[in-house]
Amino acid sequence: MLKRYGGQTVLFTKPVGIMAAASVVGPKEGEGPLGTQFDRVEKDPMFGAESWEKAESEFVKTAADVAVKKSGAVMDDFEYIIAGDLLNQSTGSIFGLRDTKRPYLGIFGACSAMGEGMSLGAMLVDGGFASKVLCLASSHFCSAEKQFRFPLEFGAQRPQTSTWTVTGAAAVALGSIASGPAVMGCTTGKMVDMGVKDAHNMGAAMAGAAADTIAAHFVDTGRSPDYYDAIITGDLGYVGQELLLQLMKKKGHDITHKHRDCGIEIFDKDTQDTHSGGSGCACSGVVFAAHFLEKIKRGDINKVLFVPTGALMSPTSVQQGESIPGIAHGVVIENV
Amino acid sequence: MNVSKKEYEVMVKKASPNSRLAANCARAFVVGGAICAFGQMLYAIFGALGASRDMQGMLVAVTLIFLAALVTGLGKYDDLVKFAGAGASVPITGFANAVAAPAIEFKKEGYIMGVGAKMFLIAGPVIVYGTLASMVVGLIYYFVR
Amino acid sequence: MDYIWAFLIGGAICVVGQILIDKTKLTSARILVFFVVAGVFLGGIGLYPRLVEFAGAGASVPILGFGNHLARGVMEEINSMGFIGILTGGIKAAAAGIMAAVLFSFLAALVFEPKAK
Repeated sequence: MLKRYGGQTVLFTKPVGIMAAASVVGPKEGEGPLGTQFDRVEKDPMFGAESWEKAESEFVKTAADVAVKKSGAVMDDFEYIIAGDLLNQSTGSIFGLRDTKRPYLGIFGACSAMGEGMSLGAMLVDGGFASKVLCLASSHFCSAEKQFRFPLEFGAQRPQTSTWTVTGAAAVALGSIASGPAVMGCTTGKMVDMGVKDAHNMGAAMAGAAADTIAAHFVDTGRSPDYYDAIITGDLGYVGQELLLQLMKKKGHDITHKHRDCGIEIFDKDTQDTHSGGSGCACSGVVFAAHFLEKIKRGDINKVLFVPTGALMSPTSVQQGESIPGIAHGVVIENV
Repeated sequence: MNVSKKEYEVMVKKASPNSRLAANCARAFVVGGAICAFGQMLYAIFGALGASRDMQGMLVAVTLIFLAALVTGLGKYDDLVKFAGAGASVPITGFANAVAAPAIEFKKEGYIMGVGAKMFLIAGPVIVYGTLASMVVGLIYYFVR
Repeated sequence: MDYIWAFLIGGAICVVGQILIDKTKLTSARILVFFVVAGVFLGGIGLYPRLVEFAGAGASVPILGFGNHLARGVMEEINSMGFIGILTGGIKAAAAGIMAAVLFSFLAALVFEPKAK
């Protein structure tokens, strides 16, 4: 039986269980509104390493260890590891996972990595190609600034539309479970370019892709926003959220009361000076793992469309005058 | 219904908060002015020590560059710019910050390809276009003087 | 009085820079380039030296003053050396600033580590 629905969606016949999830974050995230919910708040942003890149890898390594431990399995039980980050040649993921000795699939979807990884992982499990898959996403404020913007000590004012890259890593262990949260399907996003060229306004660059994926999900499945208790985007921030809600209304869906954004949840913009919100691969990952997944486990919410969002840009593409395509991957998560 | 890029640009503009121009300018004015007044004080000091007019200018610049590199190393210059914007970027101290910041950041990539190669990552264009402009001015001056 | 004019003119130049940053979305790195080039030409036409005369450090400390210094350097060098001064004057005038930046930045890199924000 074909499990494909419409142009972009797959729905599994058997739910793919979320065995465990882990969130490891830096100090600033620990001081935020969700500070007490993370598995581990590392007080040293350098994580005992010698560089920001090595620190990011430490976050990845720790998140993987915590998730595997929480799942009750051991690393050797996982047939695949799927991981993505923002750094050139996936530096964060590779050096964090090189000692795992497990089959590794590196992905790039900018900040949508968690959604991309969970989609692929769930399909591998549902397809019978694996019984357990570990999915990871990471980012580090300092390594991201160094690569995408300026050296940390260089003075520059951040525009109000800019977002703050989350320092941390998230890991989600997929496999079989008796009951609890499970991945029911996914809607893989198309690249959507709204013509935004401002690298300091990534919420605007990604909102179009988020709206496109969410609307496609409704068309493909015949569902409406009413089906879900929450529709959770990755890192649109305040600017992106406002644009997403407007775009969804134009597409005939009012998701105002269902919408949450991980980038808005993770920081307190009034006291933490994060302007439009949080961003980075870790943003959606750690907020999902620490906050929303726990809410689903408690039964506060039961049906969720999790939509990590990514801005597909590099310093080179921006300097060459390219606009920024956005991408968003929808993952359906329900209590079973 | 699809939104065109033109329409979206209008939506983005509306949804994006502007920077607070008046407050930014006030802070830039005060801090920029204060750095210059401090420079004036240095002129007076070097003057009192007997430096010639030309020498004073050079010593003031070198002192300010030293202080800016030090504050950058202590991790505070970016805080000053965050507060004062152009008030801290436009003085010669901002130039020094633009040289010192990458030098410190890229030492992880070693002293040759890191510190050495990346030192002028941001401020290089200032030297390139400053000296090129001086040649243009020189060329004109040579023929019209 | 010197201090007041230095404060006022220096502050005003920075406000121009701030308006450029906020209104044109140019980064402060680009503003530096813009200002140094503007300083060279304002120095070349003799306008900026008058401002320095009047505002002292208020005009010489902003990066515009560095540009002005290059312009003065190239013109003086041409007067004493002739045509070759076009090539050597600017960079000679810039030498102290550049070498100070190189030296102190190198020392800063030796001593300090980048700090997380």
